[in-house]
Amino acid sequence: MQVLKGIPASKGIAIGPGFIYRANEATPVRRQIPDPQAELERFRSACKRAIMDLREVYEEAVKSVGQEAAEIFQAHQMMLEDPELIQGVEDAILNERVVADYAMYEAGETNARVMESLEDPYFRARAADVRDVARRVQRILQGRSGGDVNLSQPSIILAEDLAPSDTMQFKRSLILGFFTARGGTTSHAAILSKAMGIPAVVGAGQLPQALKNTSLLILDGDQGELVIDPDEETLAQYHAQQVQQQDRARQEISSAHQPAITRDGRKVEVVANIGNLRDAEDAVASGAEGVGLLRTEFSYIEQNVVPDEKTLIEAYEGIFSTFGDYPVVVRTLDIGGDKEMPHLQLPVESNPFLGSRGIRLCFERPDLFIPQLRAILRAGVKTRLCIMFPMVAVADEVRRAKGILKECMQALASEGLAFNHHPQVGIMVEVPSAALCADQLAKEVDFFSIGTNDLTQYTLAADRTNSSVAHLVSALQPAILRLIRSVIEAGHAAGIWVGMCGEMAGDETAIPILLGLGLDEFSMTPPLIPAAKEIIRQWDTGQAKRLAEQALACETPGEVKKLVAEWRG
Amino acid sequence: MKEIQITITHPVGLHARPAARFVQTAKKFASDVNVSYCDKTKSAKSILGILSMGVNANAQITIQANGADEEEAIKALVELIESNFGE
Repeated sequence: MQVLKGIPASKGIAIGPGFIYRANEATPVRRQIPDPQAELERFRSACKRAIMDLREVYEEAVKSVGQEAAEIFQAHQMMLEDPELIQGVEDAILNERVVADYAMYEAGETNARVMESLEDPYFRARAADVRDVARRVQRILQGRSGGDVNLSQPSIILAEDLAPSDTMQFKRSLILGFFTARGGTTSHAAILSKAMGIPAVVGAGQLPQALKNTSLLILDGDQGELVIDPDEETLAQYHAQQVQQQDRARQEISSAHQPAITRDGRKVEVVANIGNLRDAEDAVASGAEGVGLLRTEFSYIEQNVVPDEKTLIEAYEGIFSTFGDYPVVVRTLDIGGDKEMPHLQLPVESNPFLGSRGIRLCFERPDLFIPQLRAILRAGVKTRLCIMFPMVAVADEVRRAKGILKECMQALASEGLAFNHHPQVGIMVEVPSAALCADQLAKEVDFFSIGTNDLTQYTLAADRTNSSVAHLVSALQPAILRLIRSVIEAGHAAGIWVGMCGEMAGDETAIPILLGLGLDEFSMTPPLIPAAKEIIRQWDTGQAKRLAEQALACETPGEVKKLVAEWRG
Repeated sequence: MKEIQITITHPVGLHARPAARFVQTAKKFASDVNVSYCDKTKSAKSILGILSMGVNANAQITIQANGADEEEAIKALVELIESNFGE
């Protein structure tokens, strides 16, 4: 038995085999190149590609670890646009005729060493970021992929250091814990593992010397220890501790299966945003009382052919059956020209976010829309089915979409096929015009679901993946809170229910405000459900209303956050 | 050329989000903008430069702008710092 000590970075106990991760990095060799101009072009296009990749990683990370932890990847983007870093590389290429990957490596090291020389641990931890960014570009230049992340079984990951991008590459279900020789509690490996709820110990100074394949490890994220080949007594102790922890987690989950009722007895629905069958299972396990947003794009993205009605029915049936009597809100195809899907032959647009997407695209493409509507109706014959149209801007679009839905139902009836005759029909409220005219749209539908992500970007005219304007993008902006209030009021005045399926619905600061504004349904990514229900149970409707009134008077998202924190005490 | 001395009051100093906001604001101006702290001077438009100065809470920095919109640049950065980076 051997024990290595490190810094506890994320709580919990993991018991299992170890997997030593080695980033697939060869230190680049300094070489001269014949054509500096061409090398410069190669470098610049690698940077562009890296920035695009980082945007994707960021979007993914927002979903899996939340906005705050995901901002790491936005900072990486800024570094790649930083003259301090880029100028150094370009000078080396042009003036010294150095090969681009070496120039990138050297500039990254220079900057990383400056960070490492600082006293504050936070600044020192940023050295790992600079190296991560530099390695991302080097890998693109060298045409290499990252290190081996293919775990054959659930394992404790051991690594010299884990860059944020490494951390995100492993399959979540196969990670038992993280143990690193370097890094501190402000390192990204620490932040991300906390966000993922995985035990982690960092900064141990060393990795286990000789790790046999058969070695059993215990990672103690509370004490900051790694036990290698534990004796029986130790193992038994840890097993008992682990069982205790799992019991506690089970308790949390079992209360997650209780409804979310405010202190004064108002019940709100807490449901899930899902995108495939695996999410559906997670959602049920986390206590979701249905689906507030089923994204249907997966059938079109995963395969490179246009799915037919039969394929879609099979896919939907699997998901619908997971939810039994709970309601399922299915959003019809929501894509546009920004997605590269050659098999759909979408037109190239100069501004796809303001172009033909969502319901607009569906009107142009009955070959996609009609089979989908038929498949939803047929697969949902026994489901509490709600059909939701995305990107609606004006009431005419709702009428037109409803007309097409009606035609589909008539056709199915005349073909003698079984289908759901009475689905609820609603819209995503995500275009500012729809939010502003919610009273008119409410007459056409059975429900609203507010999509705060797009509503915020469109209202503030700011792309959240663009780091120079991303600070504007907050659903706590007064403009957004006001729009939400008027959408909920318009919905209730017309006697329809109003839900929300944007990230805001799962945000702990926003939940009490939304409760106070009268939101009926909160839809969020499954891992957030237990905590969201817990928050709702702590509030009283009258209290939440007063909080919401004060929040609507705030001028900045910062003030709103402070206000909610004060109310919580 | 315009120059001003100012104290960073934000509890984390010029770290993380405040640093990012600071650089984003500086980048909006055509003028050369530099920050000096403890004998070091760095471009306000470089996130790595700003981070590498290690400016903690309550540190006094000097901001220097030189160019056509130097006044606006200084004004915007001072406002950002005084508003506690909008947080």
